[in-house]
Amino acid sequence: MGSLIKVGMADLKVAKAPDVLTTLGLGSCIGLTFYDPVAKVGGLVHYMLPDSTQLRNNSNIAKFGDTGIEELLKQVTAAGASKSRLVAKIAGGASMFQVSNNSTVGQVGARNAQMAKTMLTKLGIRLVAEDTGLNYGRTVELDCSTGDYLIKSVGKPVKTI
Amino acid sequence: MADFSLDQVNEMYMDVLKEIGNIGAGNATTAIAGMLGMRLDMKVPSVLFKDAAKLSDAICPEEETIVGVFLEVTDAITGSMMFILKLDSAAYLVSKLMGMPHEEGEPFTEMELSAMQEIGNIIAGSYLSALSNMTNLRIQPSVPYISVDMAAAILSVPAVIFGQYGENALLIETEFGDDVMIQGYFILMPDQESYPKILQALGMPV
Repeated sequence: MGSLIKVGMADLKVAKAPDVLTTLGLGSCIGLTFYDPVAKVGGLVHYMLPDSTQLRNNSNIAKFGDTGIEELLKQVTAAGASKSRLVAKIAGGASMFQVSNNSTVGQVGARNAQMAKTMLTKLGIRLVAEDTGLNYGRTVELDCSTGDYLIKSVGKPVKTI
Repeated sequence: MADFSLDQVNEMYMDVLKEIGNIGAGNATTAIAGMLGMRLDMKVPSVLFKDAAKLSDAICPEEETIVGVFLEVTDAITGSMMFILKLDSAAYLVSKLMGMPHEEGEPFTEMELSAMQEIGNIIAGSYLSALSNMTNLRIQPSVPYISVDMAAAILSVPAVIFGQYGENALLIETEFGDDVMIQGYFILMPDQESYPKILQALGMPV
């Protein structure tokens, strides 16, 4: 058994088989993973906001989709993953409260998910699976031995994507 | 002052927020006591100043199920606020209000959720009227939205809102009850342009 490595909010980490990367209770945030099935190297970023260029206070790169995803790519390739073999999966991006207007709270989940897709297209990495949106929290685990991405929610069966 | 952020708040501002928290929690306790027809004691609230990304572990383990009630605020002050209860506290309040016990381990029924929403509404309303009275500014809350889910997921909402302006978030912890003490948490999230209005209305230098 490998160890379970915790990734906090606005945080990113890289691991190798047999370790498992986890992040607890994704709400509107996105948990994006990169995985190289040959090198068995994986990475997970838990970002809160889509776009660092919208804000002046943007020193924490893992807090934002654009900078966080770029940094994760840098770190997984540095750990031995090959960019051409990388696949991506995303989970999260929920809207925890069903607010009726177009406020940040109502929109940020969807915007976070959209940023993942924009960045992946830009970087040329394939998105192979996603479980995003709706109105509930998700705890996720990336198994670096298999690339399986496990999703657990309150009152729902465990899902693997 | 256009780029006000909680990263630069001073001692005096913290004291003011604490005082608003105090009065708000007092109003809320009175309102709940009236609704339940019982006497409730209240402890002095404490103000927690936390890294927004670490809000989720300020209250309980990240995966613990909690109840969050969220309201949007408009008029002279705009923004939002949230009231959080632990699951056992929420179940206790709901059972007191409805006069029947909550089935332990079972999800809340529609009826219980709506009672919970009402409790959140009253508590948030008491808090906002304290703020409104102190500042003489009109504050209009929206209908309350409720979510029963993992702490980290619910607290990602205030984390994102605070995260837009800076690294820090502010949380007011209150405790009230009779034989059972209920712990609740308020999170007030004025929009950036509302901070100077609140400070000015309270006679503080902006």
